Amino acid sequence: MELDLVELSRLQFAMTAMYHFLFVPLTLGLSVIVAIMETVYVMTGRPVWRQMTKFWGTLFGINFVLGVATGITMEFQFGMNWSYYSHYVGDIFGAPLAIEGLMAFFLEATFVGLFFFGWDRLSKRGHLTVTWLVAIGSNLSALWILIANGWMQNPVGAAFNPDTMRMEMTSFFEVMFNEVAQAKFVHTVSAGYVTASVFVLGVSALYLLQKRHSELARRSITVAASFGLASALSVVVLGDESGYEATHNQRMKLAAIEGMWETEPAPASFTLFGFPDTKARETHYAIHIPYVMGLIATRSLTQDIPGINELEAESERRIRSGILAYDALMTIRQERDATPQAVRDTFEAHGGDLGYAFLLRRYIDDPRQATDAMIAQAANDTVPTVWPLFWAFRVMVALGFAFIGVMAYFFWRSSFRGGTYPRWALVAAVAAIPTPWLAAELGWFVAEFGRQPWTVDGVLPTALSVSHLSVEDLFLTLAGFVTFYTVLFVVEMGLMVKFIRKGPYQDVDAVDAWNASHTARLTAKPGATDGPVGLMPAE
Amino acid sequence: MILSEFISYDVLRVIWWGLLGVLLIGFALTDGFDMGVGALLPFVAHTDVERRVTINTVGPVWEGNQVWFILGGGAIFAAWPPLYAVSFSGFYLAMFAVLAALILRPVAFKYRSKRDRAGWRSSWDWALFVSGAVPALIFGVAVGNVLQGVPFELTPDLFSLYEGSFISKFIGLLNPFALLCGVVSLAMLLTHGAAWLSLKAEGTVAQRARRIGAVTGLVTIVGYALAGVWLAFGVKGYAFVGDVVTDGPSNPLYTEVERTSSWLVAYAERPWIAIAPILGFLGMVMAVKGLRAGREVSTLLWSKLGIFGAISSVGLTMFPFILPSSISPRSSLSVWDSSSSHQTLFVMLVATVIFMPLVLAYTAWVYRVLWGKVTEAEVTGNSETVY
Repeated sequence: MELDLVELSRLQFAMTAMYHFLFVPLTLGLSVIVAIMETVYVMTGRPVWRQMTKFWGTLFGINFVLGVATGITMEFQFGMNWSYYSHYVGDIFGAPLAIEGLMAFFLEATFVGLFFFGWDRLSKRGHLTVTWLVAIGSNLSALWILIANGWMQNPVGAAFNPDTMRMEMTSFFEVMFNEVAQAKFVHTVSAGYVTASVFVLGVSALYLLQKRHSELARRSITVAASFGLASALSVVVLGDESGYEATHNQRMKLAAIEGMWETEPAPASFTLFGFPDTKARETHYAIHIPYVMGLIATRSLTQDIPGINELEAESERRIRSGILAYDALMTIRQERDATPQAVRDTFEAHGGDLGYAFLLRRYIDDPRQATDAMIAQAANDTVPTVWPLFWAFRVMVALGFAFIGVMAYFFWRSSFRGGTYPRWALVAAVAAIPTPWLAAELGWFVAEFGRQPWTVDGVLPTALSVSHLSVEDLFLTLAGFVTFYTVLFVVEMGLMVKFIRKGPYQDVDAVDAWNASHTARLTAKPGATDGPVGLMPAE
Repeated sequence: MILSEFISYDVLRVIWWGLLGVLLIGFALTDGFDMGVGALLPFVAHTDVERRVTINTVGPVWEGNQVWFILGGGAIFAAWPPLYAVSFSGFYLAMFAVLAALILRPVAFKYRSKRDRAGWRSSWDWALFVSGAVPALIFGVAVGNVLQGVPFELTPDLFSLYEGSFISKFIGLLNPFALLCGVVSLAMLLTHGAAWLSLKAEGTVAQRARRIGAVTGLVTIVGYALAGVWLAFGVKGYAFVGDVVTDGPSNPLYTEVERTSSWLVAYAERPWIAIAPILGFLGMVMAVKGLRAGREVSTLLWSKLGIFGAISSVGLTMFPFILPSSISPRSSLSVWDSSSSHQTLFVMLVATVIFMPLVLAYTAWVYRVLWGKVTEAEVTGNSETVY
C-alpha cells in the first residue's frame, strides 16, 4: 500500500474540509440572525432594523460565497481522491448528498440572489419570505450533509452485496434517522448559531467601543445575546456524545477522548485533566470527577464503559472473524450462484466483520495469509493517537462553557441593565470573535481523527478508500489548493474588514420619512405614551 | 422496502439515465449562459459601467444556476457511483482545473465590485473570463474522451486503475478529436451567453454580444458537423457481446463488451434518435439567424434547443454505454451495470419527483421577478446592493 498517497489524500481532505468549515458556521447562524432582524423590521416598520438586515446581510454575502465555492470541492473530492470509497459506499452516501442539492442547496442558492437584488422588486413580506427561505435552505443543507457524515460514523441501514462488491442501502429511513446523524445535526447547527452570535456581538462591541453606529450595535447585541444564549446552551446540553455508544469504533473514540485505557466499572468518572501516554498505556497525573463520564456517555449510572485495551482485544477478535468472511466472499465471487449453502452461511455469520479483514490490506494483499503479528498490528491500528483527541476535546468543551457565560452576561446586561456595557466586556467580546471557529474546527477534528483508521466505521479502512493517483498528482493539487485558498482567505478577510470599517449604509431618506410619520402618529394620538419611542435611545 | 418493487430495476436505470441527461442539460442551459457571459465579458464590455451591466445580467441567478452542476455531481454519486468513482479520479487534473475555475467564479462575481480600484476590478474580470471559458472547454474535451473510450481497468474488487500517471494522463486527454469537441462546447456556450446578453443587456453591450454570438454560432455548427463526420469514420464504438441482463447486479465485469466499427451504428438500429442532432442543428442555425436579426426571446429559446439537441445526441448515440474503457472493454460502464441498487434508485426517484417540480417552480418565479433588461441607470443607482 502506498502510504504516502493515503496520507496526502487525508491531508488534502482535512485541509479543504476544515477550510470549508471556516465559512459554513457563520452562514448557518447569520442567515437566521438576519432573518430574525428582518422579521422585526417587517413587524415594526422601523428603518433601523432594515439597516441592520442589510448590513449583516452584506457581511453574510461575503462569507456565504466562499462557503459555496469551497463546498464545490467537497462535493467532487470524494470521486477525485476517494474513488474506492465512492464505489464502495456511494449507494448509501451519495443519496443524502444528492438530496441536499435537490432540497436544500437549490433553495438557498436560488433565493440568495433575490435577497440581495430583490429589495426593490418585492414587497416587504415577499422579501422577508425570501430571507427565511435562504436561512431554512442553509440549515436543511447542514441536515443532509450531517446525515451523510453520521452514516460514516455509524453505518446503519446498509448491507454488503458480494455481487457488486459494495455496501448497498437496505433502509433509507434508518440512514435518515440515524441517532448519530440527528445528534450531530443539532450540535453542529447550534454551534453555527453560536459562531454567528459571537461574531455579531464582537463586531457590535467594536462599534460601541468606537462610539459609532450605536443604535444598530445595541440592537444587534440584544439579538445576538438572546439567540446566542439559547444556542450555547443547546450546543453543550445536546453535545453529540449521545451517539458514542452506538458502535465499537465510536466507543473507541470515546475511550480515547477520555484517555481511558482500562474498562471503568459503572458509573465511570470523567478525567478533567491529565497527560495520556500511548507507550505506557496510562494517563499520568489524571484528575477524575466521579460519575460524570457515565452520565455523559451512557446516560446511566449502571453501565460499564469499555477501555482502550478491552476494545483493542475486541478488534483482534473481529479481524479474525473478518478473515472468515473474506474467505467466504472469495468463494462466493468465484462460484456465484453455485456457491454452497455452508459458505453463504459463513458469510452471513461473519460478514459484519468483513471491514476488519480489510484492515490487513495495509500489510498483505490476501488477508487469509496474514500472520498473527500482522493481525495484532492491525488491531493496534484501531487505537487512535490519544493525546490530540484528549486535548482537542477538552479545549472545545471549555470554550463551549465559556460561550454560555459570555452570552448569559450580555443577555443580562441588555435585558436588565438598560443595554449598557462596561468597557472591559466590550473589549473581551471583540477579542472573543475567533474562538467559536477554534471550537468548531476542534470538534470536527475529534469526530474525524477519532474515526481513524476508518472512513466508514468498521466497514471500510481509510487506507483502502483512495483513488489510483500518483504522489505527484497530490502534491500538485495540494499546492494548488494551499495557494488558491490562502489568496482567497486574504481577499475575504480584507473585504470583511473593509465593510465592517465602512459600517452600515445610512439610508437617510428612509429614516427621516419614518421618523416624520411616527411623530405624526404620536401627535395624532396624545394618549399613546407607552409607544415604542421610549425604546429608542436618543442619539 | 417493498415499495421499490413498483418500478422494475431496468426501468429505473433508464429513468436515471434520462435524469442524468436532464441534469447535464439543465446545467448547460442555465449555468451555460453564465459561463458564456463570463467568457464574453472582456469582449462585449469595455468600460466599467458596461462590465457591471454585463455581470449584473447574471448577478442574481448564477448562484442558483450553479446548483445544477453541484446537483449533477451529487446525482452521479447517488445514482451512478462507479461513474462518479472512475471518471472523477481518472480525469483528476482536469477536474482540479474545473474546480479551481468554479471556485474562482462565484468569488469573482461577488467581490469584483466591492472595491473601486481599477486593478482589482480588471483582475476579477479576467478571473470571470477564465472561469467561464476553461470549464466550457474542459467539459467538451471530457465528452470527446468519453466517446473515444477512457483508459481505465477495473480489478476484481472493482478498484479502478487508470493508465498513465500524472501529467501524461492529463496530456492524453488533449487529443485532436477531444479538442474539437472542446471547441464546439466552448463556442456553443459563448453563443448561449450572447443570446442571453442580447435579451438582458441594452445598447452597445447587446450589439457586440450579437455580433460575436453570430460568429461563435457558426463555429458551433461547423464544429458539430465536423465532429459528427469524425465520429462516423474515425472513432470506434462499443457493443455488448451476446444478450445482456438489464436488471442484474451492478458489476461491469459481469458483462462482455467488444469494439464495433462506429458509434453511428446506433442510428441504423434506432433511426428515431436522429431527431437529436436534427434539433441540435435547427436550434443553432435559428439562434444564429436570431442573433443577426436582433430577435431576443426566441433566440435564447432556439439556443437552448440547440444545446438540448447536441447534448442528447451524445447520450443517445452511446446508449447504453456511459463510460467505455479503451484498454479493457469489459470494464466499460453502462446503464445496465453501473447504477446504484434498486432501492437507492427508487428512493432517489421519489425525492426527485417531489422536489424537482418545486425547484423548477421557484426558479421560474425568481426569473419572473427579475424579468426585464438590466440598465446602466439601474446598476449605477444601486451600488449598495448590486454587483
